[in-house]
Amino acid sequence: MAHAYTPGLRVTPWTKILKERRLPLAGEVLVKKGDRVKAEQVVARTELPGNVQPIKAASILGQHQQDLMEYMLKTEGASVEKGEIIATAKSFFGLFKSHCFAPTQGTIESISTVTGQVIIREPPIPVQVDAYVSGEVVEEIPEQGVIVETEGAFIQGIFGIGGEVHGVIAMACESQEEALTEGHLDGDVEGKVVVGGSLVTEAVLRKAAAKGVRAIVVGGIDASDLQQFLGYDLGVAITGSEHLGVSLVVTEGFGEMAMAERTFELLQRNAGRYCSVNGATQIRAGVMRPEVVIPIETEADSGAPGAKALDMTEGLKVGSPVRVIRAPYFGGLGVVTDLPSALEVVDSGAKVRILKVKFKDGKEAVVPRANVEMIEE
Amino acid sequence: MTADDMKRMKIRSVLATDCGSTTTKAILIELHNDEYRLVVRGEAPTTVEAPFEDVTRGVLNAVMEVEELAGRRLLDGERIITPQDGDEGVDIYVSTSSAGGGLQMMVTGVVKSMTGESAERAALGAGAIVMDIIASNDGRLPHEKIRRIRDLRPDMILLSGGIDGGTTTHVVELAEIIAAADPRARLGASYQMPVIYAGNKDARDIIKERLEAKTALTVAENIRPTMEQENLMPARHAIHDLFMEHVMAHAPGYKTLMAWTPIPIMPTPGAVGSIIHTIAKREEIQVVGVDIGGATTDVFSVFQDIFNRTVSANLGMSYSVSNVLAEAGIGNVMRWVPFPMPDKEIRNRIKNKMIRPTTIPQSLQELIIEQGLAREALRLAFEQHKALAVGLKGVQQERTISDTFEQTASGETLINLMELDLIVGSGGALSHAPRRVQSAMMMLDAFVPEGITELAVDSIFMMPQLGVLAEVDNDSAKKAATEVFIKDCMIRLGTSVAVVGTAKEGARCMKVQLKLPGGETEAFELPFGAVRRVPLEEGEVAEAVIEPAGGFDIGAGKGKALRRKLSGGVVGLIFDARGRPFVLPESESERIRKLGEWAVAMDLYPKDPQELL
Repeated sequence: MAHAYTPGLRVTPWTKILKERRLPLAGEVLVKKGDRVKAEQVVARTELPGNVQPIKAASILGQHQQDLMEYMLKTEGASVEKGEIIATAKSFFGLFKSHCFAPTQGTIESISTVTGQVIIREPPIPVQVDAYVSGEVVEEIPEQGVIVETEGAFIQGIFGIGGEVHGVIAMACESQEEALTEGHLDGDVEGKVVVGGSLVTEAVLRKAAAKGVRAIVVGGIDASDLQQFLGYDLGVAITGSEHLGVSLVVTEGFGEMAMAERTFELLQRNAGRYCSVNGATQIRAGVMRPEVVIPIETEADSGAPGAKALDMTEGLKVGSPVRVIRAPYFGGLGVVTDLPSALEVVDSGAKVRILKVKFKDGKEAVVPRANVEMIEE
Repeated sequence: MTADDMKRMKIRSVLATDCGSTTTKAILIELHNDEYRLVVRGEAPTTVEAPFEDVTRGVLNAVMEVEELAGRRLLDGERIITPQDGDEGVDIYVSTSSAGGGLQMMVTGVVKSMTGESAERAALGAGAIVMDIIASNDGRLPHEKIRRIRDLRPDMILLSGGIDGGTTTHVVELAEIIAAADPRARLGASYQMPVIYAGNKDARDIIKERLEAKTALTVAENIRPTMEQENLMPARHAIHDLFMEHVMAHAPGYKTLMAWTPIPIMPTPGAVGSIIHTIAKREEIQVVGVDIGGATTDVFSVFQDIFNRTVSANLGMSYSVSNVLAEAGIGNVMRWVPFPMPDKEIRNRIKNKMIRPTTIPQSLQELIIEQGLAREALRLAFEQHKALAVGLKGVQQERTISDTFEQTASGETLINLMELDLIVGSGGALSHAPRRVQSAMMMLDAFVPEGITELAVDSIFMMPQLGVLAEVDNDSAKKAATEVFIKDCMIRLGTSVAVVGTAKEGARCMKVQLKLPGGETEAFELPFGAVRRVPLEEGEVAEAVIEPAGGFDIGAGKGKALRRKLSGGVVGLIFDARGRPFVLPESESERIRKLGEWAVAMDLYPKDPQELL
């Protein structure tokens, strides 16, 4: 296979970031190409057709469905208010009347003499899309949305939960090895994006949500804490629609894991800056990872001018810095020292393509190529 | 070429591709000395998504690899040369596709366990993933059903309900719900949602009135014309046609691809079902096939000539691995692991695999855990299959009214483990296990076959291409599909002999006498709770006399001896005296001891699992 390795997650101090902001169906675009937009600014809006409410009108009136039209007071397309009578039937020489009321405001969509159902469509539901990142509108997609461009730092996590949020970066832990505790959230953290080190627990996430923290960025979380926080065991990594009061970006994986030094330092350098965070993750064809976008005015302000971006197209070569992403060397950082082309047998007995890696402590190991990811120098 | 020419043609060569969601695989089959054999195979990344957005690129790349390996020309620029002319080109090109997430459907029925279930079987058998079953009696309020249809955005809807001549009200109500939802198809809003109506024929006109303006409506024969009959094929054919016309035609590059092949492109699982059904019919055997993927596990079966397929959408070994843990429970996964590990550690490891799905086990410990998960994924998928492969005894077969009531309550499964002749496994966990015996044991532990059962794996997953070839209306195409399936596609692992019954560990269980090829004989007794592996090469046959102890059954009845020819394979013969029902010891130390003992007896791992303790 040409790409036996996991392409690394992007952790970059300065890059151009494009974000497509699209409505779920055609609508109105509120900004134009060249406009400067703020992260929270609404850039496009539309109206979703309202929900429909079927009513078993014939049976409510105690009449045969074929005769429903005789009793209808409203026709298809008519507007109705909640509680309004839409059909009436008289029985026993007109002594008894039975009514059918509209359960909701809306318009009569259809009247069926086969099923005896009347369908009312509720008023349209407004939907709007914000810019998500502060920047410039570089393209207008007619009736659908815009593409917003910004420059700054970009950090991808490996897994996250919760949707798009914005806030100021606040460093809670002193180092990437330190676990985030409830004590770290005692100060003024409302509206902030709080950066921890190696671990976050369910209790800390609950406190963060209660105190109005917008997002937590951290190295690791135990699977059991995630389960308790979500209220269910996540079977497939498709997230983003959770509403738990705080978004989460995990940068390394499950278990206690020190955040990569480079990621921690980058966040530290940008502490106090306003950023956009999205916890949404989708690990299927068309992978989507959680992210932190930190718009920065100029490259000089990024604190890392001339930083080299990871070139995914080059592939692995001798000298490439890598991180091992599976046991028994999980988390180990090192440099590729050999890429033999012949397959080799590893401890599991499988014959696979391997590489040799020299870890930071000088030890060397053989690792399947599928079990490393490239990291930026 | 006319359909008649096509039917009469003696096919000399076949090029077949399967456009998967990540890889496009091509195979070349040729006729030599009146025998069809696989010549070469090639593969290339699928190019449905950006930046290429044209499936034919990947197909051409895979075919170019085949050209290079076969050393003959198959392409004229960007065209597959057909028919074969001298040493150039092939007589026929066929293809399957599961790119872009396959075929995702929603089905409806009036009574969930009757027309709803029939509709589900029709859709699954056609190769679809069933996203939801909307039924009049499913307990949801109408507005909830409408919202569900809107949210799911299926590729297609199969609307069924009612028997011919019965009441039309409920099925029309379902049509009204679909109309109110005004569903949008998944692949772009530019075309109307395909809806197949296969319900009460008396409601056709009203259904047309309700749905024709809002959807691309097709009418097929009722899948449940009477209470006692199920007629799934017309609906399945309609699904295949619409898959081509409406779904695939909107996927990038498929219009071109469709023009290259004289027969419709089939959904991959539909084609796999077709080859399994063809083989079962030809050999007159009962078969179970399984394909364990990263996200889903498909199970196929043919019992009493009835084909069934189920797809367990969230049981898989990478993207869905965490869901296997959630559904099976940690205890069920760890019962297959011959060393202890804290729960927290296991959970973290499995979740880490979920978020980095392309990683592979490097250590033996990791491999054993992963194979434990595979056993549970297979077991759960098989449970789901058994629950759906039930009741109605197929197309146009009469049943008495009492059978019908039995089916509605809890249809009896068609899967009979004692009658099962062959299990074919495919998918990474089974096809690429470091040792073939590991695949055999995973299938034995998950499916717990009874009596005598052959085991095989499809090592390079050629079943889809052979399945679509088997669908071509031409006798030599069908011959090519079955010959290649038997000779090149399947790697025969061997035969398992498993006793039904239980006793105390060490009790007398079965006595075996084997006459091996070359005239050698071997005789042994196997106590209850033990397993034994006897090497017997692929293509070799041993004559066996197996005498179960009283209370145990091997297929001839309790305590009755059985004389049978047993086929060999890369693993050989497996004598399994662990009993049925198969129960692992409750105590952890005892369970670990037994797992270790079986691993050593079967030569399962490169080292004794005791060393991992």
